[in-house]
Amino acid sequence: MNLAAILVFAAAACLYGALLPARFRGWALFAGSVIAVYVLQPALPIRYSAYALPTAMLLLIVASWWLTRDSNAHAGATTSQPLNDDVVGAQHAAPLQSPNDERYSPSPRLREGSGVRGIPRDDLVTLMALVALMVGVSFLRFIDVDFRLVASTPPEPLAVVLALLVIGAAGVGLRLALRRVSQRRALTGMILLIAAAFVVFKAEPLATALSRALRFQTGQDTTLASIADLGWVGFSYVAFRLIHTLRDRQTGILPALSLREYVTYVIFFPSFTAGPIDRAERFVEDYRALPGLRGLDAERFAGGAARILIGLFKKFVIADTLALGLALNVINAGQVESPLGMWLLLYGYALRLYFDFGGYTDIAIGIGILYGVTLPENFSRPYLRTTITSFWQSWHITLSSWARFYVFSPLSRALLTRKPKPSALVIVLLAQVTTMVVIGLWHGVALNFLLWGLWHGVGLFVHKQWSDRTRKWYRGLNDQPARKRLWVGFSWFVTFHYVVLGWVWFALPDVSQSLRVFGVLFGGG
Amino acid sequence: MTGRAIFRIVVKAAALFAALNLLFVLLNPLEALGRLSLYNAVLPGRWRLPYGENSAESYNLSLHNIPAMFASHVVAQPKPDDEYRLLLIGDSGTWGWLMENDQTLAAQINAAGDTVDGRRLVAYNLAYPIMALSKDLLLLDEAMSYQPDLILWLVTLESFPRQQQVFPPLVQNNAERMRRLAERYDLNLDPNDPRFVTPSLLERTIVGQRRALADWLRLQVYGFSWAFTGIDQAIPDDYTLRASDFEEDLSWDSFDEPAPFTADDLAFDVLAAGMARAGGVPVIVVNEPIFISRGRNSDLRYNAFYPRWAYDAYRELLDAQARANGWHYLDLWDAIPPDEFTDTPVHLTPEGVLMLSEHLVSAIEQN
Repeated sequence: MNLAAILVFAAAACLYGALLPARFRGWALFAGSVIAVYVLQPALPIRYSAYALPTAMLLLIVASWWLTRDSNAHAGATTSQPLNDDVVGAQHAAPLQSPNDERYSPSPRLREGSGVRGIPRDDLVTLMALVALMVGVSFLRFIDVDFRLVASTPPEPLAVVLALLVIGAAGVGLRLALRRVSQRRALTGMILLIAAAFVVFKAEPLATALSRALRFQTGQDTTLASIADLGWVGFSYVAFRLIHTLRDRQTGILPALSLREYVTYVIFFPSFTAGPIDRAERFVEDYRALPGLRGLDAERFAGGAARILIGLFKKFVIADTLALGLALNVINAGQVESPLGMWLLLYGYALRLYFDFGGYTDIAIGIGILYGVTLPENFSRPYLRTTITSFWQSWHITLSSWARFYVFSPLSRALLTRKPKPSALVIVLLAQVTTMVVIGLWHGVALNFLLWGLWHGVGLFVHKQWSDRTRKWYRGLNDQPARKRLWVGFSWFVTFHYVVLGWVWFALPDVSQSLRVFGVLFGGG
Repeated sequence: MTGRAIFRIVVKAAALFAALNLLFVLLNPLEALGRLSLYNAVLPGRWRLPYGENSAESYNLSLHNIPAMFASHVVAQPKPDDEYRLLLIGDSGTWGWLMENDQTLAAQINAAGDTVDGRRLVAYNLAYPIMALSKDLLLLDEAMSYQPDLILWLVTLESFPRQQQVFPPLVQNNAERMRRLAERYDLNLDPNDPRFVTPSLLERTIVGQRRALADWLRLQVYGFSWAFTGIDQAIPDDYTLRASDFEEDLSWDSFDEPAPFTADDLAFDVLAAGMARAGGVPVIVVNEPIFISRGRNSDLRYNAFYPRWAYDAYRELLDAQARANGWHYLDLWDAIPPDEFTDTPVHLTPEGVLMLSEHLVSAIEQN
């Protein structure tokens, strides 16, 4: 999101609050989010890919919704049942939210509608609106380039219509072909498909190969193929939201969602490019309350605007200033020779990353507030934490929560129920390292992110062992405030520097360059 | 919070914003702000004036705030009693294009470790990579605040065309300074030349001057990378060597063919203004070395910049002007062998710069 987009979103919120009839608010967020998917997608070198990728994302979302929808929901059922043998997962999730909780029942529109072949009318209308928006965006090719909204020329509308018809027919065909496949397997298949797409788009060799193939198809120079050709904006976040809904449908804790709710949740425009990764059941609470929202609520607008301003300051003043050579990067990492200079650059990078990401989060939350959706917090003073565990409870909170739900907990359960059962030490090590590696690879399927994940996985494991063994001693410090203060200060120092040193892996794609930086930092040259 | 309260906040904020902008217009604080600098206090001063086209790699930028440029330079440090301060004014060749800081002319002169009148000879690189005497005059004007004992002004014919004098962005964006100098020294320069940037009222507000403010801030921030790396120029691994073979082309500047030109065709008045501005501080005008080709059509041209007829006429004129005005003049046009030129006919290799520095140190000693 650039400044212009932020300004447009904020200005549109005033019109949304002041002029839009309350019953259309949900529709406005849906349509605005769909359009934003196209508008926020930067231009890409491969012809029509800046249109094709957002369209593919929307189709993927529709397919995921189709798989996650509860066919009983519209007939009056208020609960979403776990599928087949996945009772364990549902029981585990029960304390988080009860499937019988009225809050998670289908929306009234979902319950009331009678549509075609079991599909509620509301969903059919949404699907038609979505297709109309997809085709509508392609008409922007006839608008002068200065007013086009999208970054590059979309394809011919007729070609889009034909392509959508073919894809629709293929979807129906696939459904018929797979009608004997259980929903649970279909959901697993979709999760694997999304994960595979994620790997292809995030791993340089695979993305370059795909780019080469696409360039060949479009008659463009294949020697210029690179991962930069496939900058699919927002896909990392969309993929994790989709996996959350697919997996929660398997375990039966996903509330029944209309297509409109589902699409808006996955691509809600304030959080589309940089999170946070909301949870569907939390999002729909706000979404369904939109008609009851006060249009021009001064309190809400003041809160949202203040949050946006704080975010703008963090991102565009602090972070962008630090980025002007005050933060470690691939260029200065190879130039700085003095340990002091390198440490300052590393601290600069740590602060830049926090203010950049934290700033975007503030902006997203602020815009969400203006529209009546309270997105979850993503940061809570992470650099003031005194343990690596509490750091990860306060840094990119929604991502680490996601990883806890969908990697750490299932993996720990699987290891616990495995026969022969591994030792507790091995279970903790495997679960923590795997979780952090997944978080690392989410940023990019590359060796440096893998190492960064390992760094934190090992850090969490060591801290867990340490805290298990020193709990009694630590409690004893409560009677010695001075010693406790000293220990807290020391803990903060160690935690902060462990995190900061970890950023070396994160910041530099070349591992040998990272090793050189470590050498300079510790005076080894 | 009520809507009324928000309205009051918005109105007050807008009023405060307007008042601050108006105050900024009235005070025009950019030059004063430019004198505030982290350089020479928190950060080491730069060895040459800020100039850069690729900030991400060079940790440098081109800005138009002359006080800020000087405040970032090591010349802004207090002058020690035992220092004989030599200022170098010139173009990209003197600034050190394609050269590390320790290879520039100023660095090579300093490396010689010479003394003058029992004081250490310390050269400061105040050149700027654009060819125009007007730009040199602007910088010389500011440089006079920094207690020079001697000024070396390196010039070449490309700095002399009249039209060239309002070409540099540094001159265009320092219109008032240039106009003042033009008026004071009666320069043949149109004060209403449309190329001069004259900001409107709106352009003089904080909003209008946001680029200038950002440039000042960026200059300070890049100072940290400069301090950590010593880099202020992105020097490419390779470059295209200056041409040695030429077409049968006798044109130069606005002249399509050889034609007699007089001192009035060249900006000698700007050079004279610089001499006058220096006052009692001695100035040595140096006709800087050029590449002399032995390739195709080298009987017509010395190099890609100069046909022989124009350059020969210029040397005669400069020599005559120097004699007539009593200037210290050193013509080093052919002092450096052709192999010591890099990408243009005036850019030298470090070895070439070393040779030039030896000539200049010797001239300073004789002076």
